[in-house]
Amino acid sequence: MNLLAFAEGPALVTSLSVMIIGLAWRLVAIFRHPTQRNLSEPRSTATIAGAVRCIFTRMVPHQEFRSSTKLSSTNGYAYHVGLAVVVFGYLPHIDFLKRVVGISWPALPNVVIYLAAGLTIISLLLAIMLRLSDPVLQLLSNFDDYFSWFVTMFPVATGMVVLGAIGGHYPPNDPSAHDLAVAIHLLSVELLFLWLPFGKLAHAALVFVSRSAMGADFARKGSRI
Amino acid sequence: MNGVDSHPLDLESPRLTVKAPEVRYDKQGNNPDEERIAAAILAFAKDFGRTAAAYMESCVHCGQCAQACHYYVASKEPKYTPIWKLEPFKRAYARESGPFAFIYKAFNLKPKVTIEEFQDWQTLLYDSCSMCGRCSLICPMGIDIAALVGRARHGMFQAGLVPHELWAVAERAEREGSPLGATAKVLKERIGWLAEEHDIDIPLDKEIADVLVTLSSIEIMKYPNSIVSLAKVLNHMEASWTLRSDGYEATNFGLLSGNFQWQSDMSMRLINAAIACKAKLMVLPECGHAYGALRWEGANIYGKTLPFRVLHISELLEENIKNGRIRLNPMNKSLTFHDPCQISRRGGATEAPRKVISALGVDFREMKDTGDFNWCCGGGGGVVTIHRADPLRYRAFEIKMKQIDDTGAELAVTACSNCRLTFDDGKAHFHWDKSMHSLLDLVADNLV
Ligand code: SF4
Ligand code: SF4
Repeated sequence: MNLLAFAEGPALVTSLSVMIIGLAWRLVAIFRHPTQRNLSEPRSTATIAGAVRCIFTRMVPHQEFRSSTKLSSTNGYAYHVGLAVVVFGYLPHIDFLKRVVGISWPALPNVVIYLAAGLTIISLLLAIMLRLSDPVLQLLSNFDDYFSWFVTMFPVATGMVVLGAIGGHYPPNDPSAHDLAVAIHLLSVELLFLWLPFGKLAHAALVFVSRSAMGADFARKGSRI
Repeated sequence: MNGVDSHPLDLESPRLTVKAPEVRYDKQGNNPDEERIAAAILAFAKDFGRTAAAYMESCVHCGQCAQACHYYVASKEPKYTPIWKLEPFKRAYARESGPFAFIYKAFNLKPKVTIEEFQDWQTLLYDSCSMCGRCSLICPMGIDIAALVGRARHGMFQAGLVPHELWAVAERAEREGSPLGATAKVLKERIGWLAEEHDIDIPLDKEIADVLVTLSSIEIMKYPNSIVSLAKVLNHMEASWTLRSDGYEATNFGLLSGNFQWQSDMSMRLINAAIACKAKLMVLPECGHAYGALRWEGANIYGKTLPFRVLHISELLEENIKNGRIRLNPMNKSLTFHDPCQISRRGGATEAPRKVISALGVDFREMKDTGDFNWCCGGGGGVVTIHRADPLRYRAFEIKMKQIDDTGAELAVTACSNCRLTFDDGKAHFHWDKSMHSLLDLVADNLV
């Protein structure tokens, strides 16, 4: 089995399994706790609506907090959106997903992808610079923060290597150089999958849980969500 | 630490608490350190529900919560970042009961929290957190950090690591029924002379009444006019009401210090008094945390739905202005309102005082960040009782002074006597030219 076959086969299956089981385990760790009975007279019973609202309202800081969080929110958006565009809009990624899961959609033009990739790289670099220089972030940060940054940045970097290897031609002119680069790229993504459930990257799932928990709780009291 | 005599009250200064201790006792009891640590973790995780577990799992270390906290904004010291105040408890949780506890323990990846760390965190969990919940509103992950601080205080109390003054007033409240010496005897005397001086009927210990009215001992000891205002308003409404000497103290230093048993005892005194006089309604005074304690936690402590409604005084005023039982003369003044965090942001009663203010016909000037986003006065959560917290509290108070000054309003009004106390103290400290008034007093003074 060559490296690409390994990356596309057992490594992919294993890393995805770890990610899914790990995330499920993290959710179990939350949901094994009982919901607490609240006997106080609710101001509102629309707790489910509150939960849903909180998921959406916390996507953008409240007006009062916008100026103080401008940089961190905007930069957060930059790499989240940038990554999403590159991951789901780039033709080779779509082809890969089609092969693995059997569904596909139209790709975005390459120029958009390149711009998104550039944006992602710049904003991820800015994120780590802020983490290393801002006194609050310095204090809060631990291994998880740095390693999570690394496993996010690494696939972007290896993706750039693939792009270099194919010289922008897709399908590639020289499959052998391409295969090795793609294998490394895939393995780097799999590293991200492997780490995702263990650290803060699990917020991909947890964000829905904590926001909705708060939304339900606050809606009951009639508090601002 | 022993009884009352070692913690004399200071009732002369603008801020009421025990006198600044010559020797601080910030560590209570004689338990060995290992037991303290175990007790802290156990009490923190006790009755851990799904919501709290979700909060514990979700922080992404974005640091945004710092920008919401007046103690951080005023000092720019990273240690005042809200979620950092939970750090030892987060670590203990991850190590002891988080989803990967077995890995952390096996490889000692998250070292055990030491007693020194818990001790160090006392100033973060008590002196520099008023549990105002502003951070909870900014957190993009939707983590209710203020609620977690409340839990952490349970842990700290069981570990015997409560700041000297807060422990002393809480212990006094449990023993005497009031944190500030407003015993039932003192209350009776006050009511006697207030009724006489103001020639007003202030019913005490009526056997049956529709409305049980409760007080904050800050009102009894420092702002007794609030009692007169209450009587004026309720008599104006022709309500069947009473104060009860077996359940009048609405402040809950059990809650603030982190002793759940004391919190329950304090709440049950009020609940039992309301049941005894067959009240249909309990009115909570101008006190922020009293509202949270009874309105949102009272029924859970009682174990079933309360057999009466619970309203903050501002909600009572609003309801009765609306139904026409309270009629007001318009005031020709400009006014701004300071939201008590536990009534507005944490309590959900943000609109009630605004409707009352609107009925007063004043030129109402909202502060820049207001309502649910109001900046805390810095004295809530028991912070104002702690002498060593003063320098930081004053810095945080500067945000508040600026907010109020910027409105240019003639009058500043609030609906919490603990906020008023903090404002009085801040005013004296900064020689500020503004005073904080009571919304209830304003209504009582302008009844038709
Ligand atoms: S609850 Fe208020 S005082 Fe406490 S950390 Fe949050 S913002 Fe700061
Ligand atoms: S704002 Fe929320 S997610 Fe960000 S550091 Fe604070 S608690 Fe964590």
